[in-house]
Amino acid sequence: MPNIDHDTALEAQIDQWRDYLSRRQAIHPVDVAELEDHMREQIGGLIAAGLDTDEAFLVAVKRMGDLDTLSREFAREHSERLWKQLVVMGPDDKGSKSAVLTDALVAFSLAVAAAVFIKLPALLGISMDSEFGFYARNLSLFVLPLLTGYFVWKRRLSSSTVRWLAGAFVVAAVVVNAFPFASEGSTLVLAALHLPIALWLVVGVAYAGGRWREVDGRMDFIRFSGELFIYYVLIALGGGLLMGFTAMIFQAIGVGVDTLLGSWVLPCGAAGAVLVASWLVEAKQSVIENMAPVLTRLFTPLFTVALLMFLGTVLWTGRGVNVDREVLIAFDLLLAVVLGLLLYSVSARDRLAPPGFFDVLQVVLVVSALAANGIALWAIAARISEFGFSPNRVAALGENVILLVNLAWSGVLYVRFLMRRGTFAAIEKWQTDYVPVYAVWAAIVVVAFPPLFGFI
Amino acid sequence: MEINKDLTAASSTPIVLAILAEGDSYGYAILQRVRELSGGHLDWTDGMLYPVLHRLGRLGYVEARWEVADTGRRRKYYRITTEGTAQLAEQRRQWQAVDETLRGIWQLVSLPGPVSGSPSNTLLPQGA
Repeated sequence: MPNIDHDTALEAQIDQWRDYLSRRQAIHPVDVAELEDHMREQIGGLIAAGLDTDEAFLVAVKRMGDLDTLSREFAREHSERLWKQLVVMGPDDKGSKSAVLTDALVAFSLAVAAAVFIKLPALLGISMDSEFGFYARNLSLFVLPLLTGYFVWKRRLSSSTVRWLAGAFVVAAVVVNAFPFASEGSTLVLAALHLPIALWLVVGVAYAGGRWREVDGRMDFIRFSGELFIYYVLIALGGGLLMGFTAMIFQAIGVGVDTLLGSWVLPCGAAGAVLVASWLVEAKQSVIENMAPVLTRLFTPLFTVALLMFLGTVLWTGRGVNVDREVLIAFDLLLAVVLGLLLYSVSARDRLAPPGFFDVLQVVLVVSALAANGIALWAIAARISEFGFSPNRVAALGENVILLVNLAWSGVLYVRFLMRRGTFAAIEKWQTDYVPVYAVWAAIVVVAFPPLFGFI
Repeated sequence: MEINKDLTAASSTPIVLAILAEGDSYGYAILQRVRELSGGHLDWTDGMLYPVLHRLGRLGYVEARWEVADTGRRRKYYRITTEGTAQLAEQRRQWQAVDETLRGIWQLVSLPGPVSGSPSNTLLPQGA
């Protein structure tokens, strides 16, 4: 006798079982459908033999066998399925298909827009070769507003937030273009280098949507930034290869395409690739493992060894740091790399896991980086008056202090965590709370340095 | 009596191919037929049949197609191919050779346990 209650209960149980099965990577939706047909037939047979629905379901599940073993068997037969492929459009989810398509369409339209933006000044007579200063100042303004726009669209941000974001870009555009920079002067170069860092925070606010005030929202943005960087580098390598081959094969038939490549393909590609890479990172975030933490795992031990060898050599030979103009920048970069290693291992770590070997390694890395930087600062401090305070040097010093403070406090928090006196969440919170500091310093360099140093 | 895993795995190919040689079939029906033929001795875990069918498909011994069954559900049917038939013949020769060898040995050695007689299975048969 068919019983409505029993039927719905059975459907719910089968749904649950199907969901559970679908989560196995090696078992594809088409296999799930095949196995489900089997289940239903089995259950039907058992009910006909006199079992009630619950019993029939349990027996059928038991006969289907242990899911781990089953998915292992599937994996052995379909080993290619263990390599996650970036399928932007799933075969079965018809509901989200149009959404995915729209997303791709918007991203690619914005990429084309970025390519147009970057060539627009040239069409208005500002040539890329002669007006270096204009392009250096405005480079981030060609691309980042579009990227922000993409996230505004995607996260459906409120119009008041959009006004703030747009306001930031307008202020930036006015400041860098209204200042009477000396041509190719150091404050111009500094502004050009720091503006993208300051504006990246604006992108971050848009990316996080309403979650910028939460640790998780900012941490997601850090993860996004790392993946975007890796994707961008990969796309750039591919683009370089494409241009190299194009130039080569056209050269073979005696047609020079260098100008076309250099003034059209390179700038348009470089600008559009930011949007395309961002879209890829968004599309793949749940499908493919994050790359940045993997690289971090690989390079943290290597950087630690390199730094320890450096410190050992300094101690053994008693050599001081050769203080020249670039040394501070070199050590800034070192701290930035160490911070990156720390940040991306923090971003991937299970915050509830107890301290392990890798955490100890992380502390050794941070402490040795601080020691190396201390040696450099010591050498520079002694002779800073000799050099005078040029904008470059003040900027480099400021960055050093910012990175130093971050790493020093991270080191303290990490040691506390290792001694089980603090939580890992405290490190995470510190790192994500610190993100605006970089942007604020970069903004200071862009806005305050030129007038302070007389636009030299 | 339970047949061990290695033997089950080794015999799965000829058994599935032979059942399909009788006519096109689908997973559940193939399992029923296995239970029927083996008198309940060969009890495959249901799920494991599917990777086997997929492997045979990859090797080109069987072909799969989706059809709507009389229950209204979509069902995947399997059909043996010419290569599958050839493979079945080859497997048959190999298993016969094994079987003959064993028969010869069974006559020469005396082992404890039931050698002859009907399989009086007191355990419940596993098939539905």
